[in-house]
Amino acid sequence: MNQISLLSVDGVRISYYLPNRTIRAVNGVSFEIMSNEVFGLVGESGSGKSTLSMGILRLISPPGKVDTGTIYYKDQNILLLGDEEFRQLRWKDLAYIPQGSMGALNPVMKVRDQFYDVEWDHNGSKSRKEIDERIMDLLTKVHLAANILDKYPHELSGGMKQRVCIALSMYLEPKIIIADEPTSALDVITQRAVIATLLEARQRLKASMILIGHDMAIQAQVADRIAIMYNGYIVEIGKTKDIFNDPLHLYSQHLISSVPSIQHKQNIHEIALAGLKRSTSLRQTDIPKLTEVKPGHFAAI
Amino acid sequence: MTPNNQLIEVRNLTRVFKSSGNRHSQNTAVDDASFSLRQDQSITLTIAGESGSGKSTLCMMMLGFLKPTSGNVLYKGNDIYEIKGVNFSNYRREVQAVFQDPFQAFNPFYKIDHVFTVPMHRFNIARNKLDARRLIEEALEKVLLDPSNILGKYPHQLSGGQLQRIMLARAFLLKPKILVADEAVSMIDASLRAIILDLMVDLKTEYGVSQLYITHDLSTALQISEKILILYRGSIVERGSTKDVIQNPQHPYTKLLISSIPLPDPDKKWKNEAGVDFKESSDISDKSGCKFYNRCPFAMDVCISSHPPTYQVGIDQGAACFLYDDNEIISDISI
Repeated sequence: MNQISLLSVDGVRISYYLPNRTIRAVNGVSFEIMSNEVFGLVGESGSGKSTLSMGILRLISPPGKVDTGTIYYKDQNILLLGDEEFRQLRWKDLAYIPQGSMGALNPVMKVRDQFYDVEWDHNGSKSRKEIDERIMDLLTKVHLAANILDKYPHELSGGMKQRVCIALSMYLEPKIIIADEPTSALDVITQRAVIATLLEARQRLKASMILIGHDMAIQAQVADRIAIMYNGYIVEIGKTKDIFNDPLHLYSQHLISSVPSIQHKQNIHEIALAGLKRSTSLRQTDIPKLTEVKPGHFAAI
Repeated sequence: MTPNNQLIEVRNLTRVFKSSGNRHSQNTAVDDASFSLRQDQSITLTIAGESGSGKSTLCMMMLGFLKPTSGNVLYKGNDIYEIKGVNFSNYRREVQAVFQDPFQAFNPFYKIDHVFTVPMHRFNIARNKLDARRLIEEALEKVLLDPSNILGKYPHQLSGGQLQRIMLARAFLLKPKILVADEAVSMIDASLRAIILDLMVDLKTEYGVSQLYITHDLSTALQISEKILILYRGSIVERGSTKDVIQNPQHPYTKLLISSIPLPDPDKKWKNEAGVDFKESSDISDKSGCKFYNRCPFAMDVCISSHPPTYQVGIDQGAACFLYDDNEIISDISI
């Protein structure tokens, strides 16, 4: 299957300018999102992954600033587009499912009205009947019953809210869906349902998805390729299988060993000590540029 | 020594929350829970459940912060909601807790030293200020923290992982009989969890501190606990040896739970036949039947009308499910 490059991020640097210091949240990051792929962006707190996704969606506001770099989508550097031009892109081409379903939905609007909001804000041309049909179709796809349309967000469970967010993000049939920790507040069973829903949605739309998270196990289950971020840098990129088979960067090894086993008992003491050693080592070494160590498998070593 | 050798015993513990606006609406957060920890063993018992399972409510009742609607929490044979004076003071010293959010556990107005000095003073632990300082430093070193980096600082100057370790240092210092860890590593980055879990295991093996590990994460439960209770909407649906329950689950809910856990292996994807559950638990509180009824692939008629007892399904395993009604009912629920 031929894949084309959909989004090309090159040398992006994002900083937060605080009164007494400057935080370099994203330190010159480059990668490409191909068509029809699930791209995992993995990192722990402070890695810069959320800031990076905010940067792609042009949602960075002061004291944050995109210092340098380009982000090309359909032959245009979206960082240079006018506000109105980009607003049309945002949601239609690039959809966003934010972290923590709580914040994404308008608490004083019924679910139905949130869909109307999306339609009228971006198209404004369809009739009520057409919109309703489209909404029902989407709800079925995210396995929600029609009765949720007349509910307010606070009446729904976390998993249901998240699925509403997925349905909203699919509404305008985007090419790229950015899902930022879509399951972090959800329990394991709901998590599986939400991930399954996300994957089905993506497949139907033939869209690409950037799945941002800190859970390597989820990435192993769903991502085609993964980029691992540490301290604002990408330290490894490659196919999921390649990274799990042969993690090249110390931090990748660290993340993978940190997932406790559900299948057998491990020696926690050894894992803790090895982890401490790696953390110390990571703090002390600089992060070089990414080099292609094996075909398609890059690491900052 | 108490007559029945139980260190802490939870007997038919129930907690109902009534909705203030609606007289008819109520939620049974914990429903007739019974289990215990023995005095002569140092073990970690996991209380596992998802949100809404009642595990936090159960934790609050065991720590003496929330009165049960019915049932008892007994510490060394005494009901903790009845004891006073020395007995209560002992209970407070001997049952310590570490909570989920370290930033909420610390009073931001006080330096870190405060969490040590207050209980040391209350329980007369040190002979004098110098002795107190020495004990605190030893405790911090035990959790791999450098006292000079920690003492004198305020909570906001430290990371979540450091704060949780300080809470554990406090536990090492007070030498409790039981440590209640309520989602103690859930807010800590995955790569730092092993350190904290390792310290908890140390507390158990070196200092004999039994633990109640409350969590939704079955993987960490497998790594550090010997026994487990699986909670679903207030009821214990499966219980027994952690290894047996996790590697050979018998209750349909436990099976669903375990099959939903993603494996960190791209060659071992979620199996489709386990089924993805898109239904959420119903809002209706079923007084009589099994709470898992509307999500259970094996549901039978008896499941609507009766609440299942706990049947023996393994040497050290019990499941509250009518699928096993040919087996013996477990009467003695002490762990």
